[in-house]
Amino acid sequence: MRRIISVLMENEPGALSRIIGLFSQRGYNLDSLCVAPIDDSSLSRLTITTVGDDKVIEQITKQVNKLIDVLKISDLTDGSHVERELMLVKVATRSDAIRDEVKRTVDIFRGQVVDITPRNYTIEITGTSDKLDAFVQTMAQTAEIVELSRTGVCGLSRGEKAMRP
Amino acid sequence: MEMMSGAAMVVRALKDVGVKHVFGYPGGAVLDIYDALYAQEDVQHILVRHEQAAAHMADGYARATGQTGTVLVTSGPGATNTLTGIATAYMDSIPMVILSGQVPSMHIGEDAFQETDMVGCSRPIVKHSFLVKRAVDIPDAIAKAYYIANTGRPGPVVVDLPKDVVNVLESHPYQFPDKVQMRSYNPTIKGHMGQIKKALKTLLDAKRPILYVGGGAIACDASSLVTELAEKLHLPVTNTLMGLGAFPGDHEQCLGMLGMHGTLQANKSMHNADCILALGARFDDRVTNNVQKFCPHATIIHVDIDPASISKTVNAHIPVVGSVKSVLTQFFEQMHEINETERKEQLADWWEQIAAWRARNCLAYKTSDELIKPQQVIESLYRHTQGDAYVSSDVGQHQMFAALYYPFAKPRRWINSGGLGTMGFGLPAAMGVQFAHPEAVVACVTGDGSIQMNIQELSTCMQYGLPIKIISINNRALGMVRQWQDMIYKGRHSHSYMDSLPDFVKLAEAYGHVGIRVDKPEELDAAMARCFELKDKLVFMDIAVDQNEHVYPMQIKYGAMDDMRLSKTERT
Repeated sequence: MRRIISVLMENEPGALSRIIGLFSQRGYNLDSLCVAPIDDSSLSRLTITTVGDDKVIEQITKQVNKLIDVLKISDLTDGSHVERELMLVKVATRSDAIRDEVKRTVDIFRGQVVDITPRNYTIEITGTSDKLDAFVQTMAQTAEIVELSRTGVCGLSRGEKAMRP
Repeated sequence: MEMMSGAAMVVRALKDVGVKHVFGYPGGAVLDIYDALYAQEDVQHILVRHEQAAAHMADGYARATGQTGTVLVTSGPGATNTLTGIATAYMDSIPMVILSGQVPSMHIGEDAFQETDMVGCSRPIVKHSFLVKRAVDIPDAIAKAYYIANTGRPGPVVVDLPKDVVNVLESHPYQFPDKVQMRSYNPTIKGHMGQIKKALKTLLDAKRPILYVGGGAIACDASSLVTELAEKLHLPVTNTLMGLGAFPGDHEQCLGMLGMHGTLQANKSMHNADCILALGARFDDRVTNNVQKFCPHATIIHVDIDPASISKTVNAHIPVVGSVKSVLTQFFEQMHEINETERKEQLADWWEQIAAWRARNCLAYKTSDELIKPQQVIESLYRHTQGDAYVSSDVGQHQMFAALYYPFAKPRRWINSGGLGTMGFGLPAAMGVQFAHPEAVVACVTGDGSIQMNIQELSTCMQYGLPIKIISINNRALGMVRQWQDMIYKGRHSHSYMDSLPDFVKLAEAYGHVGIRVDKPEELDAAMARCFELKDKLVFMDIAVDQNEHVYPMQIKYGAMDDMRLSKTERT
């Protein structure tokens, strides 16, 4: 089962390598990883998407929490949550017809064209991972995808629940 | 504030932490620190012959005392040579701090001479690590390293010190922190009261309970509490390889070690128990055998300071996170008066059953007139040390024989590499023990394979006058490998023999020690007596034993805990 795990950790050099190392060392899946400092810049927040049964997820949670640099960990998929992923896609726009169709598709998916050259459009789109997958599939039928980059999932719990130090 | 160089800070911080002994080897990147060591007498440095041995010495020191062991090595090969020692300590949760030199900060990443990424190399086998970037951070990093190493579940911590940071030519203010506090590190020591009540009720109601005691009970010095609990509740007790001595091996309620080479009574009792109270043990594969068939009737109560150890392999029905010491103290607070007669009555059938298993006398073995049996050697060692020595061990058959035939009555007396199974551990570990307890009798049980993995330390023993007694069980083979080849590979002994062994007696003498060769059963006791009469000498006992002896009992692969071979021809 797919899980989204949030981790609050010290923003120290080497801290991230401990997390990544742990996943490979213990044979856990690491589908995506999104990390940046938070408002208190001494801390970083990571969002990890992984796949595993309950026993594996329990071990991942415990092992990550055991790292000295880690303050808090929570499985967002345990409760209701908001998750978003950002993607930049560069598509080839070889004709006006393709350009029009690309623009229409971008509008339908509530994306934005953020860069234009005579040969291609660069599109920014945000949403759940499923939505981004669907966008890529649809777009591939209209225009050639030159390259794309995704941030990986980031997420927060809904409502009052919060992960603070 | 006092001003001093980074190198002086390292030595001063060690003193402020309370370090008495440092095991190490100098080199380019740590010359400044070695210069600072030269000018003082608070911290004694012990010069080893190989950095791996330095790590094992610090490890043995820590196991025998509970205090954190300290290693000091240079960058590159000095640092990487300690890795096996660090992994050994990590697997057995031994508190250790490794100070490693590093190339100057400005050269990190340039593949400079003797550069390795020590923090990276050691990352999967340390509890934590520090790369110190500024001299003023040294006291804080060292204070934290020792705090982390020896709190919660203990483990090794690396402190990597670039050469420019410890430069003797620069001065910086030194301030040692009064108290270490880390917002991201707060191990749970006390158990959850609700869980404790539940655990206690289950334990008291059980008809076939057993205590399964591991190294965690020794790490937090909970042995007397374990014994008190066992006696109060009349419980049978089995110790893991790491837990030997946590509950006295010569106690009438002790069933001996459990697991792959555990006793019949220990494994049978585990398999048939209706309640297992695991104290600081981690249900590893050398205990459980096939997890799917593991103890089908038992409610499992698992007390461990490391939440990640709970339900990792075997699911715990009642998990209790906390130190064995705190949790047992809480147990006693919750326990009502126990009626001894009623209690014994409640467990009478269980003890009767256990007595029947014990009657099989699974450790019995046949002696011979011509060949010494390895079991005899350990029994002789036990007699000549009155069961009260510190015994370190290497890895292999001799390790299992020592674990089974030397019933340790006290904790911290059995010093062995349990989790990693590191050959070459025994001698340097014994040396660490001897530094911690200069007056104690320290024996190293080893074999002709293991001893050669760190034999160069005989030189260090001479330099520091360590009167260790090396009991080398020489079967001219890698005994445990050979045993498996006999059992599983139809006796095809692929590279498990030792051709052209040295003359160990002469070798010991060449290093300035005493060597004694024994090959006849009738000579064994007299030779052992002579060995321990030579109190101030290191004695190397080269004891030729029967090459074909196997360690029994032995669990049968893929089976349950109690599926065992009892001899070459018998099984359960």
